[in-house]
Amino acid sequence: MSAEAGEPLSALPLGQKARVLGFNLPPEQHQRILEMGLTVGVQCEVIRFAPMGDPIDIKVRGYHLSLRKKDAAGVRVERL
Amino acid sequence: MSAPVSTSDPIASRDVKRHVAIAGNPNCGKSTIFNVLTGLRQKVGNYPGVTVEKKTGRFFGSHGEPMELLDLPGSYSLQVRSPDEAVARDVLLGRLPGTPRPDVIICVVDASNLERNLYLVAQMLELSIPVVVALNMVDVAEKNGVVIDLMALREKLGVPVIPMVATKGVGFIELRQAVSRSPLPPPSLCAQMPIVLEREVMALAKSLPVPAEVARGEALLLLTLHDKALDEVTHHDSQIIAATKVAQQRLRTAGLDPLSAPVDARYDWIGTICAAAHHAGGSHHAVSLSDKLDGWLTHRVWGWVAFLAMMTLMFFCIFTIAQVPMDWIKDGAGALAKWVAGHMPESELRGLLTDGIIAGVGNVVVFLPQILILYFFLGILEDTGYMARAAFIMDRLMSKVGLHGKSFIPMLSSFACAIPGIMATRTIEQRKDRFVTILVAPLMSCSARVPVYTLMIAVLLPVASGWKKAGIMLCMYVIGIVAAFCMAWLFKKKLFKGETPMLLLEMPPYRLPSFRSIAVRMWERAGLFLRRAGTVILALSVLLWALVNYPKPADPKASRSEVVAHSIAGRMGHALEPVIAPLGYDWKIGIGLIGSFAAREVFVGTMAIVYNVESGDEENIVPLRDTMLAEKRADGSPIFTPLVCLGLMVFYVLAMQCISTVAIVRRETNSWRWPLFQIAYMTVLAWIGAFIVYQGGRLLGFQ
Repeated sequence: MSAEAGEPLSALPLGQKARVLGFNLPPEQHQRILEMGLTVGVQCEVIRFAPMGDPIDIKVRGYHLSLRKKDAAGVRVERL
Repeated sequence: MSAPVSTSDPIASRDVKRHVAIAGNPNCGKSTIFNVLTGLRQKVGNYPGVTVEKKTGRFFGSHGEPMELLDLPGSYSLQVRSPDEAVARDVLLGRLPGTPRPDVIICVVDASNLERNLYLVAQMLELSIPVVVALNMVDVAEKNGVVIDLMALREKLGVPVIPMVATKGVGFIELRQAVSRSPLPPPSLCAQMPIVLEREVMALAKSLPVPAEVARGEALLLLTLHDKALDEVTHHDSQIIAATKVAQQRLRTAGLDPLSAPVDARYDWIGTICAAAHHAGGSHHAVSLSDKLDGWLTHRVWGWVAFLAMMTLMFFCIFTIAQVPMDWIKDGAGALAKWVAGHMPESELRGLLTDGIIAGVGNVVVFLPQILILYFFLGILEDTGYMARAAFIMDRLMSKVGLHGKSFIPMLSSFACAIPGIMATRTIEQRKDRFVTILVAPLMSCSARVPVYTLMIAVLLPVASGWKKAGIMLCMYVIGIVAAFCMAWLFKKKLFKGETPMLLLEMPPYRLPSFRSIAVRMWERAGLFLRRAGTVILALSVLLWALVNYPKPADPKASRSEVVAHSIAGRMGHALEPVIAPLGYDWKIGIGLIGSFAAREVFVGTMAIVYNVESGDEENIVPLRDTMLAEKRADGSPIFTPLVCLGLMVFYVLAMQCISTVAIVRRETNSWRWPLFQIAYMTVLAWIGAFIVYQGGRLLGFQ
């Protein structure tokens, strides 16, 4: 899996759509994020940022998921 | 262990024809279905040894056959992260003593969020227990332009799929029918695992000492555990764990990650199902009402305004509306005590009944209105989906001290009363975060502190303006908040080391709340609170009453204050004097501290007894204030100097002084260790706080 390709999810601007390329996370967190539907190849979109800039709300598989920038930094994506 | 929440229980458990478990993701409407099926025939208890709530209920199949319905905690996956999810898994694998492996699983699925919800279904299908899928909220899905082809979904999943709108009662007849059907075959389809993985699963399954039908599911779960979780597995011997690790290593060498491969396989399978059964209404994706609302409610400016407005409204109701029934309860307890006193001759028993039991239990029951109102609001916030937004907004602030956005609501609730606040920590999945929140929640100034603050401010500033008094009151709240955050930070740093867990927060679409569900929940909470905290309170009230009354002085005409001075509490006050002298307190204040150990506001009444003032009323504190102001030390200097008053208030901000909270913490953490630790650290903190105020103030030249 391409853990270094693309850019981190946390770097995307508002409204940006992207595709997940790989992960750079500890095994436990990696598995958790996968189970929430953020798997390799899936499309996601940055919907909004919390009032203080963190966490990020993304749309994936038709639902809203929010995660902290710190964790989103471990998700590698390519812009669409 | 568990007592019925309501009504009689007409069916003995041996008559139960089927054990049905209901499972599903959080926010899928699972509790609504559970409540409609079982009505008020519910029981709430705990699973032995864990703090997870066990909710069961009775319902009847389509031919009237009685069935038991077990409400499994909402979870996203069988790969567990929280004690709640562990219970769900253990029940389904038949591992929990006292809870039979279910005969059928009702898996509730949110039709408007089909893809992710099917993940749990995919896992359920691997357990060889018959599954019935309750496809809930089909109306919402349709409104969003999602059309689900039921025939295709049934065919692809290989199990019955019942379309439902639980909030409107649609689909229950069909659901009952599906669950009562006989025989119910186990699922025939599930996600296909990569062949290398499947081989390892079968090999491991053979070596497991579990029934054949559980073996494959169990083996697959084991193989997908990460190292740390594997080391924590206790129900298999070390040989099996070692074998699992070797198998995982073989898979990795073969280029397959055992942790992610099954997840990918399941989502791939779900992808083919959705492609066949799920037709989104065209590509023109209109912005939904929920998204529009979020544009306002999580807006950089309006988000805060809405948030503050909502919290203000909630507290306004808790403090003002609750006051009315609280007064009734207070008056009722007072009237009852008077009535008993009027109908009984003066005796020890009468004292025990009126001053011990009625007053003591009244002190607890009086919090019930606040708890109910709080649960009403929490229920609305939860059901509408706003709770997730509150966590979203507050997460950044909370993360500064290493906490979670979800810790915010419990901490906020604790301003009213720490008990519902601590009960509300159940929404926090991570044990560490939950315990830290429980430990610091009582530092938030609850409503029981208000009478103490009011009295001490009156003594401190007998003639000051209302603004000055309010300012001091506000300072006390701020001290509590600052202390809570500092202690949370410290506990996170020292006591619960380890990485801050990640935040993965689902933001469900906004929905109209179901008042029926909220009412059921309020009813349940009220019962739990009264039963569990009530028993402990009763015992301790009696104990405290005895402490301030015995042994009796020789002179039968002794006044109340002489009785107290002679009692064990009085002696304890004297014994305590060396410890509290550095804070500027004498033994009489010591009695107040001991007397209010069970409940802070008792301080006012205890001081009234100690100083022999008739009116120990919380409303009219003027006589007590004047007596306290006139109170002198042996050398003639006043006792209640400004520094003593301030120090005493700070003491009450920080000290535990609440038996109900102790009882709830004991219950929620399932051990005496945490409440005892909490009493210890808070008392030390309170002493240090009061010491700094008193001695520091004197060093600076204040009185």
